[in-house]
Amino acid sequence: MLYAIFCYNDEDVVFSWSKEQDDAVMAKLDVAHQKLARNGKLGPAVRLMPTTAATTVRKNQDPPLVIDGPFAETKEQLLGFYVVDCSSLEEAVDFTGDLARANPGGAYEIRPVRLYLPGSEMK
Amino acid sequence: MTDPQLDWIEAALTAARPQAIGALLRYFRNLDTAEEAFQEACLRALKHWRQNGPPRDPAAWLIFVGRNVGIDAARRRGCEEALPPDAVISDLDDAEAALAERLEDAHYRDDILRLLFICCHPDLPATQQVAVALRIVSGLSVAQIARAFLVSESAMEQRITRAKRAIAEAGVPFETPGAVERADRLAAVAAMIYLVFNEGYSASSGEAPVRAPLCEEAIRLARLLLRLFPSEPEIMGLTALLLLQHARASARFDADGQIVLLDDQDRDLWNRDLIGEALALIDKAMRHDRPAPYQVQAAIAALHARAARPQDTDWAQIDRLYAALERMQPSPVVTLNRAVAVAKLRGPAAALEMIEPLAPRLSGYFHFFGVKGALLMQLGRAEEARLAFGRAIALANTAAEAAHIRMHLDRLIRDSAPDGQARATP
Repeated sequence: MLYAIFCYNDEDVVFSWSKEQDDAVMAKLDVAHQKLARNGKLGPAVRLMPTTAATTVRKNQDPPLVIDGPFAETKEQLLGFYVVDCSSLEEAVDFTGDLARANPGGAYEIRPVRLYLPGSEMK
Repeated sequence: MTDPQLDWIEAALTAARPQAIGALLRYFRNLDTAEEAFQEACLRALKHWRQNGPPRDPAAWLIFVGRNVGIDAARRRGCEEALPPDAVISDLDDAEAALAERLEDAHYRDDILRLLFICCHPDLPATQQVAVALRIVSGLSVAQIARAFLVSESAMEQRITRAKRAIAEAGVPFETPGAVERADRLAAVAAMIYLVFNEGYSASSGEAPVRAPLCEEAIRLARLLLRLFPSEPEIMGLTALLLLQHARASARFDADGQIVLLDDQDRDLWNRDLIGEALALIDKAMRHDRPAPYQVQAAIAALHARAARPQDTDWAQIDRLYAALERMQPSPVVTLNRAVAVAKLRGPAAALEMIEPLAPRLSGYFHFFGVKGALLMQLGRAEEARLAFGRAIALANTAAEAAHIRMHLDRLIRDSAPDGQARATP
């Protein structure tokens, strides 16, 4: 089963990390990533810029309304996501446990994927 | 070994600080009381969060606890003093209601803006505005700020105490600001954040390790301001400008601490994450079609950042943007910067002609003589170039600036040596 794992954290905290702190967290996360990747279970992973760089397009009108900022104002912001191929929810929960130990704080949302389009190679 | 949980708690306390102190300041209407209440709430957070894990909303937790702490302190004082501050206490009694109010988020934008704004009091000199903002808003210790300003801790303590007294005497504006007033506050706060950045950016290489955190703090404050005012193109421009300048931090000095000019910097050392974020913000700002100085300066910096090699730089567009900036914000320094683009486009003679009229107004400005000397050197007017460089060295703000000009002078002397002699030198 494919799952999307959405990573939420306080962006003010995350984007205040020094380069050393950031590198240290990424190195620890990479260990967790490798565990899945070795078994061919790690799909695309994305890390996002801060919500200040976001633009929201409201399509309830024509032409759609373009608004600065993220879709939802939340205490913790969507800062990245993974697509993973896990045999069970249990396995996906275990993976988020590894991630959480590498990078405490915030929350993960595990959502089963309904349709997955791998897309084209991007240049 | 550092405790990752403790690291996280400290980061969360720092992140929540502007919002929490801003709200406590609104409740208590006294900066000292608000700071003390926040301090106490942080101590309790260190204990509780370690035992029970982080709360869902750290800022709300700190505001709630800080408020109760402040009320208790006011009550205790009330018992000790002959006249209890009834007016203060009666206004603060229902803490639960306050939390509910806070959760509506109706106030917090103006709370944070107010907290930033009180640091921008026009009577305070720029360095004091910066120091007090770093102390109150960012929560840096006096020792940290003193290090960043290269002054003693006691001198900085005095400076901050004086500034806080001036703020207290000026009276904090507590009413919810109207649209015009809010825009004025926003502009003052943006200027203050830019000052914080410049304090870090203008550091020489030796000072950079202690002063660079000021650049990071300014970026944090700019992003915070942009989250509060997500549709303000000038705040996008300010944030982008700071990100672009800071992206070049590791390329600005060589291993010996000498200044490396933009054209000579190793562009692989530029931070592509910061540049990417800045370009995204400029894209967003452009959609608003309300160009203003920070956006234009960011757009100029972006043209440098986009060029893979110095010779790929779009100098014509930079010239046009400086011309726009001259119209918005006429200043001899802007014209001087424009002349650098003009030199690249139309040659040193045209640029020299452009800066000559600036001489009376920039007679004490290091960069004026640095640019003038470089242009004269390109034109082969060695003697005049030497005079200009000499003037620049006398006006240099840092040892690195002086050393950089001396390097030009040395080259002039080498090149102007009699033919045979020059060749005789290996």
